[in-house]
Amino acid sequence: METPTCSSAERMIVNSARLLNDGDVVFVGVGQPNLACNLAKRTHAPNLVMIYEAGVIGAEPARLPLSIGDPTLVSGALSVVSMYDIFTNYLQRGNVDVGFLGGAQIDRYGNINATMIGDDYAHPRVRLPGSGGAQEIAAWANRCYIMTPHQKRRFPEKVDFITSAGYLSGSAERTKAGLRGKGPVAVVTDIGILEPDSSGELCLAALHPGKTAEDAINNTGWPLTVTNNLRITEEVTGNELIILREQLDPAGIYLKS
Amino acid sequence: MTKLISLSEAIGLHVHDGDTVYAAGFTHLIPFAAGHEIIRQRKLGLVLARATPDLIYDQMVAAGCARKVIFSYMGNPGVGSLRIVRTKIEAGLLDWEEYSHFGMISRLQAGAAGIPFMPMNQTGAPDLEKVNPQIRRVTDPFSGREVIVVPALNPDVAIVHVQRADKNGNAHLWGIVGEQKEVAFAAKRVILTAEEIVDEDVIRSDPNRTIIPGFIVSAVCHVPKAAHPSYAQGYYDRDNDFYLKWDKLSESPEAVKSYLDEWIYGLKDRSEYWLKLGQEVHDRLKVKSRPSAVVDYGDY
Repeated sequence: METPTCSSAERMIVNSARLLNDGDVVFVGVGQPNLACNLAKRTHAPNLVMIYEAGVIGAEPARLPLSIGDPTLVSGALSVVSMYDIFTNYLQRGNVDVGFLGGAQIDRYGNINATMIGDDYAHPRVRLPGSGGAQEIAAWANRCYIMTPHQKRRFPEKVDFITSAGYLSGSAERTKAGLRGKGPVAVVTDIGILEPDSSGELCLAALHPGKTAEDAINNTGWPLTVTNNLRITEEVTGNELIILREQLDPAGIYLKS
Repeated sequence: MTKLISLSEAIGLHVHDGDTVYAAGFTHLIPFAAGHEIIRQRKLGLVLARATPDLIYDQMVAAGCARKVIFSYMGNPGVGSLRIVRTKIEAGLLDWEEYSHFGMISRLQAGAAGIPFMPMNQTGAPDLEKVNPQIRRVTDPFSGREVIVVPALNPDVAIVHVQRADKNGNAHLWGIVGEQKEVAFAAKRVILTAEEIVDEDVIRSDPNRTIIPGFIVSAVCHVPKAAHPSYAQGYYDRDNDFYLKWDKLSESPEAVKSYLDEWIYGLKDRSEYWLKLGQEVHDRLKVKSRPSAVVDYGDY
């Protein structure tokens, strides 16, 4: 079969979808993570359970949700609970397998900044939206995936503000904090996939077809280590693209970048 | 005893300058009509608390009603930046206090339960705790471990929009039930707006759906379409186009001023607003029926 051409966004969505296991309970965000989860559910993970911070459990959205509280998430869902319940009974109690995260900055140890750019919180140079559910998802989901375009300004050595904990100053510090979740186990970008080594430092573990380690190194703000067994991700299939383009996001709202 | 009054009377009676106001609803059932009425009555110095300030607080901040916002996600949901609140914060013109969603909701849960604070497990993320002195630690007396605590939030007034209520304020709501129950019990006064006012018999036919009991409600107002551009599950859809439009419009202070003049100050109430939106918008937001299976409580 001919190799289809796909956008950077589509490649990130497909590679994120492939990280999900059938039966996972996933805390889903709107936009690209939502597409990754719905794609996984329609391919290799039909028993995926999608939950949303608005309090929706087992959503089966019939149309593309354009906000985290879209009514299509509710109609036909397994359950709808209060926000207090979703953050306590579901997330804090340990009933969530996977969390998806993003942010303006992600640093060498997978810490995420979604709060502000600058060196003084009281006088932010750029004020970002803030945590939302991310602070707790990063701590308590069994494992987390980060989706982000691979750009130097998004990957500084240190973030300006730690909104969500990755491995802090190294995995020992995360362990000491006693968090129940493993933390960010993969960062999926448009160049490849970063994974933490035993110290919690994000290293280049995989490249997408046609990308080079130099692409990744040049677009990362710390001296990026390339793992010895560097993998090449599998090509995006025609079937995956058909599901994304024809079923999930026919207007291409989240697929074009 | 009926608590049914007009929205303008309810805001006049129960929202005072300087109050802490929590307009409830996570994306769903956001009480825009009440927000617009507060703007119209030119209330001042309010502390506006909401997990997601959303466009309702962007508009109230733009109109000069607020001295402070308390939030956990300050964005235009599904679109990007919440420009007016953001610009004022960046310019040092608006105080703010910030939590994670869980921190914010825990404050309400403590307020609703009548306890002084709520414990939460640690998240490892150190920075919000450093910059917000309301986020503290105590030692769990049972395990000896430190837990994070946040203080109860008891707003002066909660505003909650629901699908249906009776004239006494017993309220049914369904769909996303973010934090309405917690806010209503936490607040000192509760203003309820409802898509429909129904007989008490309708409420009593489905008691599990009664999220708010009338005896904690101060005023009930019949305000159909009160949530637009947010939505009411089963009644009308979210106006995602408007959220995109606001993103553009709010780039320009002049355009914001014209919007406030044309759509808030220049209108009497929500029915004028809905009429002004026009047939095309009404049609676009129509929703097809998908009722639940009937629940039988039994006749005992």
